[in-house]
Amino acid sequence: MKKAGKRVIPGFGLSMGVTLAILSCVVLIPLASLAVYSSQLGIKEFSEVVTRERVLSSFYVSFLTAAAATAVNAVMGVVIAWVLVRYDFPGKRIMDGMIELPFALPTAVAGIALTSLTSDTGFVGRFFARFGIRIAYTRIGITIALVFIGIPFVVRAVQPVLEKLDSSCEEAARALGAEPSVVFWKVIFPELKPALFTGAGLAFGRCLGEYGSVVFIAGNKPYYTEITPLIIMSELQEYDYASATAIALVMLAASFLILFLVNLVQAKNSQILQGGNG
Amino acid sequence: MRKRLVSSGLAAVLAAALAAGSLTGCGGGKGNDAATEAAKNASAADKVTITNVSYDPTRELYEQYNKVFAEHWKEQTGQDVEITQSHGGSGKQALEVANGLEADVVTLALEYDVKAVEDAGLIEPGWKEEFDKDSSPYTSTIVFLVRKGNPKNIKDWGDLVKDGIGVITPNPKTSGGARWNYLAAWAYADKLYSGDETKIKDFMKKLYENVLVLDSGARGATTSFVENGQGDVLLAWENEAYLSIKDAPDDYEIITPSISILAQPSVAVVDEVVDARGTRDVATGYLKYLYSDEAQKIAGDNFYRPSNEKILQEYSDTFDLNINLVTIDDFGGWDKAQETHFADGGVFDQIYEK
Repeated sequence: MKKAGKRVIPGFGLSMGVTLAILSCVVLIPLASLAVYSSQLGIKEFSEVVTRERVLSSFYVSFLTAAAATAVNAVMGVVIAWVLVRYDFPGKRIMDGMIELPFALPTAVAGIALTSLTSDTGFVGRFFARFGIRIAYTRIGITIALVFIGIPFVVRAVQPVLEKLDSSCEEAARALGAEPSVVFWKVIFPELKPALFTGAGLAFGRCLGEYGSVVFIAGNKPYYTEITPLIIMSELQEYDYASATAIALVMLAASFLILFLVNLVQAKNSQILQGGNG
Repeated sequence: MRKRLVSSGLAAVLAAALAAGSLTGCGGGKGNDAATEAAKNASAADKVTITNVSYDPTRELYEQYNKVFAEHWKEQTGQDVEITQSHGGSGKQALEVANGLEADVVTLALEYDVKAVEDAGLIEPGWKEEFDKDSSPYTSTIVFLVRKGNPKNIKDWGDLVKDGIGVITPNPKTSGGARWNYLAAWAYADKLYSGDETKIKDFMKKLYENVLVLDSGARGATTSFVENGQGDVLLAWENEAYLSIKDAPDDYEIITPSISILAQPSVAVVDEVVDARGTRDVATGYLKYLYSDEAQKIAGDNFYRPSNEKILQEYSDTFDLNINLVTIDDFGGWDKAQETHFADGGVFDQIYEK
């Protein structure tokens, strides 16, 4: 952090102005309007709205399924990125392109397709139904939809880091007699970790807000599979903007807090690893 | 690096194609400013465009009606009229009109949704009396759709609360149409227990305990029941149920319960918009002509009950006309029903309390 002096790239004033303007238009002003709308409620009303039992259990369902999906995505995302970077095989390009399909597909379409696949009469669901496992219309179903939505974030965050990874460190570690698993955990994984946290954080945030695909697969049973975005939608349906924004605000604050804490822990870790330079 | 570019390029092309598809698919939202402008300049001239914001299951109905009306209007005034349609969930559509989507007329599922547009200051009070029959040119009711042969022997509302019956109905809090389902069930229990509220609530609680999937909208519920094979009975609008039967006559049956509710979709001219655009005459004419014999028959052909008694009789083969229908007035009107049953902490929330 040098003080302003000679800069390598000119035009700091202009580019900073553009940055602030875009950030305000796209992020700050809409978020501020959330606060303004919900401030129509008094503090007492606000806490009543957001602590109703149904709202609380919807927070629980939303955070639980998002966390589960993110955990799955973190593991599977690294595996997919690994395979796509480290190996050559026919159809690799196509597979690589397919990773982004969940981004491009309208989420409602994904939701309907996954539901008909995993309901107890569906192609996949039928198989699991034999063992008494129901997928669609349970929390498992929600998690599956969220895994689908979130996977590209992790893969795309980890992939470039893996590509740039210097193979000489690995080779050195192997030459010094480290087991492959040790090489992965002690040499490769620490390099991946920042990118993995970023990708997982993005996926988690996306999963929390996901509405389109989840409403179809969830079954939307109060206390069991009712997600917070659905509660917000039903408040809007009653033209109750204030309650809707109040619930949204709490959710936003909670997810911000979680992402912030995760990043804090991650920053601490990398500081230790890199001898305090991070 | 190049490889990454290729793959993200592929995704971008896909995304663009999908976006273009969805844009053309829902054409006629806010996007036709040019058309609006043109209509303004030529309000009394030879061509006029109006926008009808409606809800999901009226798509086929208005597709046919718009053609008929355009001919009628041309004959009467010499003016060409082009009607832009917009369909979606009723409550969402009302919100969009209230927030500025330029609609000359709204034709929504519930009086309550039109009221929301009125509350936004866009429709003048008293719209309900502007057209015949409380401004409901066609009506419907709530019936049961069951699987062929009615394997669970479902005959009436009382059968729905039995153990082991899977019911599919949308969430009345997110789906305006599903409020009719809920109120119809309430009307049955009300009669059965002659108004004993504790018993009625027990009945409703049992009914909703049997609900397997509480979809957010009517089309979603139909998908759960029809495509995904969930549940034994779907509570549906009569017109939607007939459409399912028409698509798959060998798979489903319609059961008409002993008592149900008269579902009255409401229509209204959006005063602010027609005054600004100078389209009041054609918009009023558009809604008025819905009551003509010709339009009433189109409604009947699309399985809506015509509000014209004489024409309704012509469809007595299709509709069970002996069904006992309560109306929203039996619940004290929409405002009261909304407050008692569907507001936060209302009866519907109490049903789901632990």
